[in-house]
Amino acid sequence: MLDDAPQPLVQVRDLKMHFPIYAGLLRRRTGAVKAVDGVSFDIMAGETLGLVGESGCGKSTVGRALLRLYAPTAGTVVIDGEDVATLSPEALRKKRPTMQMVFQDPQASLNPRMTLAAIIGEPLDEHTGWNAEKKLARVYELMDQVGLNRAFAGRYPHEFSGGQRQRIGIARALALNPKFIVCDEPIAALDVSIQAQVVNLLEDLQERLGLTYLFISHDLSMVRHIADRVAVMYLGQIAELSPRDALYARPLHPYAQALLSAVPEADPAREATRRRIILQGDVPSPANPPLGCNFCTRCPKVFDRCRVEEPKLTEVEPGRFVACHLVTDNMTGGHRPAGAEAPEHKQQGEVT
Amino acid sequence: MTDAVAPKRAAGPWAAVWAQFRRHRGAMAALILLGLLAAFVFIGPLLWRIDPNFIEKNTAKMFKMRNLAPSLAHPLGTDQLGRDMLARMMFGGRISLAVGTVAMLVAIFIGTTVGVLAGYFRRLDNWLMRLTDLFLALPLLPLLLVMMFLFRDAIAGVLGPRLGTFLLIVLAIGVTSWMQAARVVRGEVLALKEREFVLAARSIGTPDRRIILRHILPNVLSPVLVAATLGIAAAIITESVLSFLGLGFPPDFPTWGRLLYDGIGDIRTSPERVVWPGLAISLTVLSVNYIGDGLRDALDPRIRGR
Repeated sequence: MLDDAPQPLVQVRDLKMHFPIYAGLLRRRTGAVKAVDGVSFDIMAGETLGLVGESGCGKSTVGRALLRLYAPTAGTVVIDGEDVATLSPEALRKKRPTMQMVFQDPQASLNPRMTLAAIIGEPLDEHTGWNAEKKLARVYELMDQVGLNRAFAGRYPHEFSGGQRQRIGIARALALNPKFIVCDEPIAALDVSIQAQVVNLLEDLQERLGLTYLFISHDLSMVRHIADRVAVMYLGQIAELSPRDALYARPLHPYAQALLSAVPEADPAREATRRRIILQGDVPSPANPPLGCNFCTRCPKVFDRCRVEEPKLTEVEPGRFVACHLVTDNMTGGHRPAGAEAPEHKQQGEVT
Repeated sequence: MTDAVAPKRAAGPWAAVWAQFRRHRGAMAALILLGLLAAFVFIGPLLWRIDPNFIEKNTAKMFKMRNLAPSLAHPLGTDQLGRDMLARMMFGGRISLAVGTVAMLVAIFIGTTVGVLAGYFRRLDNWLMRLTDLFLALPLLPLLLVMMFLFRDAIAGVLGPRLGTFLLIVLAIGVTSWMQAARVVRGEVLALKEREFVLAARSIGTPDRRIILRHILPNVLSPVLVAATLGIAAAIITESVLSFLGLGFPPDFPTWGRLLYDGIGDIRTSPERVVWPGLAISLTVLSVNYIGDGLRDALDPRIRGR
């Protein structure tokens, strides 16, 4: 899928999303929660980029800032040739059909007082001048696409199961033929058996409609299943951005290593030898991140430079970007701290 | 397939609402009761043709007519000036029901508007809520009295004494009783606008006004209905207070509140003169409350299905 789509559909450069903190009697601004602090990545047309990280690392904020549900503090988000971050409200409204979102909680993302037909038809009401018949026909078509019975059109969200509700949310996102869909933990609130259904539906739709996804999740095995490339976030920044197979076979960033070591193996023999890297301490507050590398307070391989200098996200191998002094030093053959092993592995893409 | 679903859609959402409403026994009883009360005050005077303000010219006869116990000629007795209580109850009910309903509508309209704007638009929040606090902190009765005192004659000159006074009372009560509704609605809106379906509407590109109309307002319906039902009662009582203080309707003009106050002096000798208007006010409030309850259930699709 990567080969026939060299053109990036989404280009994010140095995206920052800071939420101000007001305190004191006069409600003066005393600081900011740096939920997203300088994130850059591309998403190719037709590709799925997985975005993983622990709770509170800013994954969802990235997704929402991308669609300008939050006004980003700084940075550019070019989607299909236009910078969404600076579009005027009217231009943004016209742009909305190309980019849509599937939300985490299918219960909360559907208005309990609207019928299914009204929910799926809302984008059509807003962006097309169609008459009621044509809209209904399109709603039925969408319901077929996501596997909902047409007879349900007059029902209300509370009458559906979680999986069905998520299908409604997907149908709504598809209504205007978008090119780019942000899936904000679309499976986190579902049963395991339903998760597979929804993910397979998303894959089917991608194949049929040529969609591009940003798939936000903390479920590493599900991301492995659906994503082409994966970005690992930690405390508002991307730690590592690599093709899926390379990342899962040989994570380069110490945080990615720790994160992936937590994924259980299905094979008991391999599970027995799995070595978990257990991180010490807590995530620092995003209102007051550490001076150097954001991960330096918990990194098992930390050395002096990490505490003073912030590592940049650099391409260390073709297609692999890492923000870690350890890895970039390795690449340039520079200083290496004692005890840090240099992984001498095969090249990427040779993984089962 | 399309044909199969067509009849269900044709029935429309209001048929389902009505079907659910009918299943609420209290609400149905209340609806019938309120219908009877309305018939009593609006159709009653056409059948019971005694002038509610008729006072016997002959003083000796008038004195005999005073404070009569219920009889066939005067089923609810007469008041301290010998006027027929039944006729006065009917005419008074018209004013009280109209004042209660219209003042409630005014208050709910202002309260909901302020609440939604304050809750939804962060920039307005502080200003509007301080305004609400300001109104809450004002001593309402003196304010009402000053308003009536200043504007009554001016408005009466333009619209005539009856309509003018009615309008002024309704507006005065409405303008001074919207604050609770505004606070409750603002709180609900603050919670609602963080819900994901509002975010979803924004990601679709729905403009703010349509988000408010389509997603926010239908979901703040329950607190608004509760505030509305209580508002009717409060408006009827406030009107009677104003009339009692001589700044509402003219003294000979009967309203339920006024009848109640007039009867209080004679509560020991003829308690029924207090009981009847009091009962009428209570029944109105009670039935409106039950109707609101039933309506809230009927309008909520989550409850409607059960």
